[in-house]
Amino acid sequence: MASAAETLDRKVDRRGPASPPAVEHGRLRRALQRNGPGYLFLLPWLIGFFGLTLIPTVASLYLSFTDYDLLTPPRFAGAANYAYAFNYDDRFWSALSVTFHYVFWSVPLKLGLALGLAMLLDRGVRGLSVYRAVFYLPSLLGSSVAIAVLWRQVFGDQGLVNQLLALLGYQGPAWITHPDYALSTLVVLAIWQFGSPMIIFLAGLRQIPEDLYEAASMDGAGPVRQFLKITLPLLAPVIFFNLVLQAIDACKAFTPAFIISGGTGAPIDSTLFYSLYLYIEAFANFRMGYASALAWILLVIIAIFTAVAFLTSRYWVYYEDEGR
Amino acid sequence: MAVTETSRRTPRPLWRHVVLIAAALVMIYPLLWLIASAFKPENAIFNNLRLLPEDWVFDNFTGGWTALRVSFTTFFANSFIIAGLAVVGNLVACSLTAFAFARLNFRLKWFWFALMLGTLMLPYHVTLVPQYILFLHLGWVNTFLPLIVPKFLAVDAFFIFLMVQFFRGIPREIDDAAIMDGCGPWRIYWRIMLPLSTPVLATAAIFSFIWTYDDFLGPLIYLSDMRDYTVPLALRTFVDSTGVSRFGQLFAMSTLSLVPVFIVFLAFQRLIIRGIALGALKR
Repeated sequence: MASAAETLDRKVDRRGPASPPAVEHGRLRRALQRNGPGYLFLLPWLIGFFGLTLIPTVASLYLSFTDYDLLTPPRFAGAANYAYAFNYDDRFWSALSVTFHYVFWSVPLKLGLALGLAMLLDRGVRGLSVYRAVFYLPSLLGSSVAIAVLWRQVFGDQGLVNQLLALLGYQGPAWITHPDYALSTLVVLAIWQFGSPMIIFLAGLRQIPEDLYEAASMDGAGPVRQFLKITLPLLAPVIFFNLVLQAIDACKAFTPAFIISGGTGAPIDSTLFYSLYLYIEAFANFRMGYASALAWILLVIIAIFTAVAFLTSRYWVYYEDEGR
Repeated sequence: MAVTETSRRTPRPLWRHVVLIAAALVMIYPLLWLIASAFKPENAIFNNLRLLPEDWVFDNFTGGWTALRVSFTTFFANSFIIAGLAVVGNLVACSLTAFAFARLNFRLKWFWFALMLGTLMLPYHVTLVPQYILFLHLGWVNTFLPLIVPKFLAVDAFFIFLMVQFFRGIPREIDDAAIMDGCGPWRIYWRIMLPLSTPVLATAAIFSFIWTYDDFLGPLIYLSDMRDYTVPLALRTFVDSTGVSRFGQLFAMSTLSLVPVFIVFLAFQRLIIRGIALGALKR
């Protein structure tokens, strides 16, 4: 329907400049009548899109090739910011490595737990809504400063975790201030928020027809084989969706690392998330050009990751309507 | 064979509940610890394994409320003003945009729609610095405007997408009948679409509220006067200034800061769960 209207528009257009002013006027009016309301409704978004997204994105790309400290005008510096990041900046590499480790550990563990509990909750457990609420609550609260504050104390020197370990006769380390353990507390915090992928898994599991399992158990397939041959392949698109979403989200994490490290990425940069490093460069060191370069490096990394995930997905994600 | 089948359908219910209850306890225990600690005297928080306080004290709440230079009354008021206006902005701007995409015909519609979806993919880092420079030049730094105005310009494409999906599900016959009766697009939007769309509007409002209320990075960058602080910023200041002896107050204020989100959760649990299950919303 829209395309028909558009071809009509184009036909009218072609009569173009040769038309006498009266026709021109009528044409303008008709074009306004047809497009006016649409663009009027779209106006707030259009202003936001150009003013807060598109132009800033272009500006960010430009700034990434400059030195800019907010006080003096940006000075063009060529690719110096990028060269510095890749060749000399140890903190940049720490930030990449910390973020990579965070994603690598937190996402699979979180999704594994989410899937496991979703399967336990599937197919009529009594009290489903209570369990679901309890498991989901940390997801909803988890990104707040209050929970990060709590986490700092749970893993503190004499916090909850070490109190429990002491019961078992272990002297727990100072989790938050030890460079070997600090990141793992953040990974645990991420895993603790498995509720929202769990709900998506639950919705996905509901879509799998019951009779597939009945037929499989008739044929003597045990629970493990049923999981591998029915649940996993039929759930693959949902797993894929969760995986991409959670990985990108984990790349962007900021608040927990900021609170737990006191805004510095301490100890010895072991919790220096990429977003945190970008924040420090931009708003503590006022190196706006360099921070923009960091943003573009992240954008490219996320774009490549997403593209690879989607391009390879046809080989490892089974879509039901494929081949039709 | 019949035995294996029934055992698959309800595999040892007792065993399953034991695992689930254990997992639920582990999940909820840190929160209980937080709340219980808020009611304990300072020396009983870290040296005592008892979860429930031996004697309940409320000093942490009264002391914590006014522990910083500015009281938490101001911080909560700021948080609610910003989150409330953000909800209004998102509802108005995103529904207008979504209505245009779902129901109106205009040139380049699909081009704009594709760009709108594209902004979903853009990490916030890219626009962070230029937006800051823009708001600095507008003189908006140290005001609430950078946290509110973008919502009135439909920057959260998530909600647009969600509403477009919902609007498309409303039968077109209703519009057509209204057009026959001489209704223009504005009246269709205001009198027909919005009243029929309360579920999606409620979902968008709930998540706008929670995300804005929890937002830390935005206030951190744009607000530096303590009288403008939101609750998360105030908590962070509290952490930085906390000596050894004020953890009870910190826990009390952390607990209070979670209460609004918790109430929203209790009130709108079904909508939230359905919003997540649709897969359109993270967290």
